Amino acid sequence: MNTQVRVEAQRSIPTAIDYKVYHDPEIFAAEQSNVFKGRTWCYLGLEAEIPNAGDFRTSHVGETPVVLVRGQDSKIFAWVNRCAHKGATVCRSLRGNQADGAFVCVYHQWAYDSEGTLVGVPFRRGMKGVGGYDKDFDPANHSLEKLRVESYKGMVFGTFSSEIEPLEDFLGPVMRKYIDRVFHRPIKVLGYSRQYMAGNWKLYSENSRDSYHGALLHLFYPTFGIYRQSQDSAGELTEQGFHNVFTVSKPKGDIDYTSFGDEANREMQGATKLQDERLLQFRPEIDDDVGLHIQSLFPNVVLQQIQNTLATRQIVTLGPDKTELVWTYFGYADDDEETTRHRLRNLNLVGPSGLISMEDGEAVELCQQGTIGAEGKFNFIEMGGDDVREYYAPMGMDENAVRGFWKGYLELMSDALSASTAEVPA
Amino acid sequence: MTIADPVLQGLIDSLNAAYGLCLDDGRLEDWPEFFVEDCLYQVIARENVDNGLPAAVMYCDSKGMLVDRVVALRHANVFPEHFSRHLISRAVVTGSEGNTVTAEASYAVLQTRNDGETRIYNAGKYIDRLLVKDGAARLVSRTCVYDTHRIATLLATPI
Ligand code: FES
Ligand SMILES: [Fe+2]
Repeated sequence: MNTQVRVEAQRSIPTAIDYKVYHDPEIFAAEQSNVFKGRTWCYLGLEAEIPNAGDFRTSHVGETPVVLVRGQDSKIFAWVNRCAHKGATVCRSLRGNQADGAFVCVYHQWAYDSEGTLVGVPFRRGMKGVGGYDKDFDPANHSLEKLRVESYKGMVFGTFSSEIEPLEDFLGPVMRKYIDRVFHRPIKVLGYSRQYMAGNWKLYSENSRDSYHGALLHLFYPTFGIYRQSQDSAGELTEQGFHNVFTVSKPKGDIDYTSFGDEANREMQGATKLQDERLLQFRPEIDDDVGLHIQSLFPNVVLQQIQNTLATRQIVTLGPDKTELVWTYFGYADDDEETTRHRLRNLNLVGPSGLISMEDGEAVELCQQGTIGAEGKFNFIEMGGDDVREYYAPMGMDENAVRGFWKGYLELMSDALSASTAEVPA
Repeated sequence: MTIADPVLQGLIDSLNAAYGLCLDDGRLEDWPEFFVEDCLYQVIARENVDNGLPAAVMYCDSKGMLVDRVVALRHANVFPEHFSRHLISRAVVTGSEGNTVTAEASYAVLQTRNDGETRIYNAGKYIDRLLVKDGAARLVSRTCVYDTHRIATLLATPI
């Protein structure tokens, strides 16, 4: 006879994560408070999206709807998009300009200024002495929930935490150095795309840190015989483990990047030749040889430069198995028309239809589907070792940054993640 | 409202119907043939168009780039197995000059994945410039402006 005994299974560690973290509604709820509303700075948008006084855009911190507004004095504010009266959504557009700086809830017309402070309540004294609020009703106590807001190089972040260190310290010098690289001159927004994945946000967060899958899942380059092996790559992490940047550069001075399609096709006979190589053309515009820069800033944004595409990808967590990725594409403010057209052509490589990236959406969904009912079972993250290092350079064939993500995540979640119980034969 | 030349109207509607069926039948290699050599095909969110922003999820400004898309779809890209089904409205001819005609039509692309459920995958309109020559119409440019700005998983097959 086979008796089953319930035992405490092993706890998740950076090399082995219990699959339930992708499915459990309680873990999802704990993430909202410990990660997104906890000691982190969450990306909200770009300053360039709201250049003028009164400009706003709706955004999210985890699942919480937030509005980003530029005030009259050009300062940027963020508040939760939830009326202090009965919780209605106050700002109902994706973006726009509120010239008078007042945001009025349509339900009972409570009015807020751009900082989120309640400035007007209809019939506050009632009508003809009847109704209205009590004398000691103080509008100051009924403002929208405000976030602390800080920007770095035009990337705007917000936090619910009053204890967290300043944004610059949260990012650290290494991450800042790479942000500086992309935002070395003023940018202009080129547009958006929104990609909805039936998968958990952490699967995407792992994906953007996973340099191991690049050449294996995304087969565009090999299909067209584009040989990339001779390039240098490097991954850098911050101390917390959860921010990372991965770069690929050409070796110093030998290959002419503008024609690497040609050279590769000569090297790999038999592969299909690309008909229009302008798609892949790379025009270095930053003072280095980096052709690919993917930077994941915990908990909710990826900053990228791939060839001449520039973008942020904001992660919005709508549910344990519902994640939206908001791509904001940009170029530099001084781009001429031809340069913009070149960027648009390069954009074929990335985003929801990206020739070298569309597979990521499918990978996230496959892992979500595959781990249903797998509570108490664990993944295996030991490519390139079982530790977390701040620098790693073996051609991207490692999962160092994925372990780094889990290290930082587990620390923030600590007691919110109880170990699964599993049944084992007695 | 002026009534478009019925022959012209028929040419454009026939092109659209054949275009939709070509993609839905999976004859992807034939798809670039609906375009002239020096063409522009783009798939762009309506929220971008309305705000004067140019970024598209697909932007192919040569027939060669369309062919590259198809080769990548066949051999490189990984996406959920699916059928697509185009429902395209009668075209509205918006202008003509010489043998160049502009027209617009609404479309809905339904998608059926392996779970068997058919979903409205992408709805929008085509904004087209066509070359009408020798009794046939071909696309000089097709801009697919989509309302469905939340793309489900990814967008692999052309719209
Ligand atoms: S819910 Fe906003 S004013 Fe009543
Ligand atoms: Fe990827």
